[in-house]
Amino acid sequence: MVNLIWAFMAIIGIVYAMFNGTMDEVNKAVFESANEAVTLSIGLISVLVFWLGIMKIAEEAGILRGLAKIFRPIVVRLFPEIPKDHPAIGYILSNITANMFGLGNAATPMGIKAMEQMKQLSGSDEASRSMITFLAINTSSLTLIPTTVIAIRMQYDSMSPTEIVGTTILATMIGTLSAIIIDRLFYYQSTRRK
Amino acid sequence: MVFITQVSLWIIPLFIMIVLLVGTWKKVPSYELFVEGGKEGVKIAFSLLPFLVGMIVAISIFRSSGALDALIGLISPLLLFFGVPPEIVPLALIKPISGSAALGVTTELIATHGPDSFIGRLASTMQGSTDTTLYILTVYFGAVGIRKMGYALKVGLLADLVAIIAAIVIVTLVFG
Repeated sequence: MVNLIWAFMAIIGIVYAMFNGTMDEVNKAVFESANEAVTLSIGLISVLVFWLGIMKIAEEAGILRGLAKIFRPIVVRLFPEIPKDHPAIGYILSNITANMFGLGNAATPMGIKAMEQMKQLSGSDEASRSMITFLAINTSSLTLIPTTVIAIRMQYDSMSPTEIVGTTILATMIGTLSAIIIDRLFYYQSTRRK
Repeated sequence: MVFITQVSLWIIPLFIMIVLLVGTWKKVPSYELFVEGGKEGVKIAFSLLPFLVGMIVAISIFRSSGALDALIGLISPLLLFFGVPPEIVPLALIKPISGSAALGVTTELIATHGPDSFIGRLASTMQGSTDTTLYILTVYFGAVGIRKMGYALKVGLLADLVAIIAAIVIVTLVFG
């Protein structure tokens, strides 16, 4: 899908330029924008290094584990199919907290472990109710601090690169809540059909 | 609404302070851990580079040829009716499909309209507020060999739609 979108943006652009007489601009755009993208990626290093460094401290100091404790009662209620002391709950909690801190790389392995545990519980190759709930929460993103976006805003001389943190958290919360509600609606619909 | 912008300014410095305080109190080697975690950041930045180059070049071909303006002109009456700024449409379409591609689109929007413009703020908020549904479904279901996804895709995409609408409404209210 992304391959098609990507290729067609360039193809349509070039074809359009043939008829629109903007080939000159397209020529310039190719090299200028490639240059810009490289400058940007290098500029991202500063924030990413600093933030992941701080996060590593948070992880080792047990802040992530502490948060997991706070969220435990909520998570247990969100996944009624999973027994309370099942290891799947633990993996789900670490996945959610790692996601909240923008530790995508740490979150993914935890998420896969959680899925393995849930598959053992359901014992089929069909997505179980808990798996779908888990994915719904994951796809709605739980990021508290959008590090990369802040870095990009800095690169383009924003007056206040972090002013979007509040709006992002609000939008994320609404997104996650509605993911949970939509997931529930679909679940009840599917049980009624059976 | 001033409150939300204030929280945005305070949250990061406060968070850093708390992490360092707890770390020192728990006697973890903070500086060494910081360096170790930071190395990961270098790796991520370099692995993003080809994604950004590919997407940004394709978008700027599309834009500089005039094709983007033509497309926006075609569909903008419909979008304006729903209150969606037409410039944001490519981002909303690509966000559920590819995270790094969406990052490229966000970057383009911020570069073209400025980070402190309405479009720049909206793109920033949208970039952070949903995750890549298709990528997550592929990775997680693929890793444990789930063949029948059930209603997972529908739930993910509908939630993305709600989050995008929420981002537009919130950014309009806070910065509008």
